[in-house]
Amino acid sequence: MNLTIPSIHYLAILPVMVLLGASLVLLGSVALVRSRVSNLVATTITSLAGVAALVITFVQWAYVANHGATTTIAHAVVLDGFSVVATGVIAVALVMATLVAHDWARREDVRAAEYQVLALAASAGAVLMTQANDLVVIFLGLEILSIGLYVLAAFDRRRSSSAEAALKYFLLGSFASAVFVYGAALVYGATGSTNLSDVSYFLGANVLLRPGLLYAGGALLLVGFAFKVAAVPFHLWSPDVYQGSPTPVTGYMASIVKVGAFAALLRVLVSALGTQMDTWRPILWALIVLTTLVGASLGIVQRNVKRMLAYSSINHAGFMLLGVWAATTRGTAATLFYAMTYAPLVVATFAIVTLVGGRGDDHHDVDYYRGLARRQPWLGGALALFLLAQLGAPLTTGFYAKFVVLASAVDVGGSALAVIALLGAAIAAFFYLRWIVALYAEGDERAIAHHVAVPRATAVVIVLGVAVTVVFGVWPGPLAALAQHATLLFTP
Amino acid sequence: MNVPAAWYLVLGAVLFGIGAFGVLTRRSALIMFMCIELMLNAVTLTFVTFARTLNDIGGQATVFFIMVVAAAEVTVGLGIVVAIFRRRASTSVDELSEMKG
Repeated sequence: MNLTIPSIHYLAILPVMVLLGASLVLLGSVALVRSRVSNLVATTITSLAGVAALVITFVQWAYVANHGATTTIAHAVVLDGFSVVATGVIAVALVMATLVAHDWARREDVRAAEYQVLALAASAGAVLMTQANDLVVIFLGLEILSIGLYVLAAFDRRRSSSAEAALKYFLLGSFASAVFVYGAALVYGATGSTNLSDVSYFLGANVLLRPGLLYAGGALLLVGFAFKVAAVPFHLWSPDVYQGSPTPVTGYMASIVKVGAFAALLRVLVSALGTQMDTWRPILWALIVLTTLVGASLGIVQRNVKRMLAYSSINHAGFMLLGVWAATTRGTAATLFYAMTYAPLVVATFAIVTLVGGRGDDHHDVDYYRGLARRQPWLGGALALFLLAQLGAPLTTGFYAKFVVLASAVDVGGSALAVIALLGAAIAAFFYLRWIVALYAEGDERAIAHHVAVPRATAVVIVLGVAVTVVFGVWPGPLAALAQHATLLFTP
Repeated sequence: MNVPAAWYLVLGAVLFGIGAFGVLTRRSALIMFMCIELMLNAVTLTFVTFARTLNDIGGQATVFFIMVVAAAEVTVGLGIVVAIFRRRASTSVDELSEMKG
């Protein structure tokens, strides 16, 4: 028997190597250096790795633009415009989340080096998911991402809710992973390969007489993904995990899990199982209806802003699913655009929530925000802007993001679905607006008036978030064109 | 005696079902954890069976990936359970109800 070592195109896997390499270097120095690795060193290494990954994506983009999309390592990993842009988004989210975590770690007196080791490893997993062209690689990426996040969720050892969140996340997350990988096994049995291109080719060339195995496998894969992106009815873990995890972790989780999971979901449903569209579309339709409506409705009754943002993120997941449902180039570009704008937005939102949370990270009742924008107009104004963007107000990125996913769904006859999703957005608007009203309300006796200190690194993140939200909100052309180009270079 | 491949697939499905049922109904974190391992092992059995019927080495190689992932999950999961146990001296998930809503 001959074993051939597959050729490796190193440029394709360079971002993963840099992120994982930085994680290992940091881990090694934590273990080997006698004195404590300072938070500043850890943050610097992590930010540099994130920036390096971002720079590499520019090189990759130039390569893909000139040579077209390629696959490598026995077609298991793909380098195409879509993966390059998604990688860039993850790198940006990593750098922003790292800066937030830096100030948080100093405030809470937490050892940040181990935190950054895990954050780097998780981002490498997310990048791997965006590049995966094989169900097993998606599974590996998913696990690298998730296992890092399980530990990060438990990172605040002083609050018992942090460990509780970690256990819930861990149990339901690994349950979802097991379901996902069983789906992969059934698809493998039905089509003879776990490679997405091979699956797509097989299904295009053959008609399955007994498609039960494939349908079961596809359904299990979909359930696994639905857990990860917290689509209703697989969302039950998400509010508890969002609330219990340290706030910077929540922001990081909300951004990179969405990017990684949606990139992989698009590859699985649109490119590998594209021929079975008529079968999975109705299921996705029901998921979107439930996710947008239930996510928004349950958010209204929340007092805790982290839970509120958890339901808001469920609502956003419903919108991102719209582009997947459309299953066209336009839909793929729309979902990518949504992820590109949502990731920095949510990290920046949670950056402000981290600051208001105060030492101990437990001031998360909406009452703590009463009059914040009156006392600190810049900070409160920035938060109001982020909430308006999540609501989908015009002149923010949220508006155009919602517009493109809805347009892509209407294009393929999903008008009813678009109307239902808009209804969900209207319900969600209620709790965003209630929060904004609280920001500008007069302080009353319940108000816990305290000055929220804004450390430098977090200020950078907030300014970055405002810049992205406003600049690309007023002028979404370049970003939309980038998403469009990226999708044209999407490997089928 | 030649055991048909379908029997292995059914065994895999039954094991997976038992595991999934256990995760959803049992209340001890450790037992839920064991059920997840059972589910993963059912998956490996399914992969190996398909690898045999398809005469393809890929499915067997996948098993190693799943085993490594399962091992990593055990390490992290037990770490979290121990961290909670230290605080509460109980591994029942029913007592973990600090957050609701």
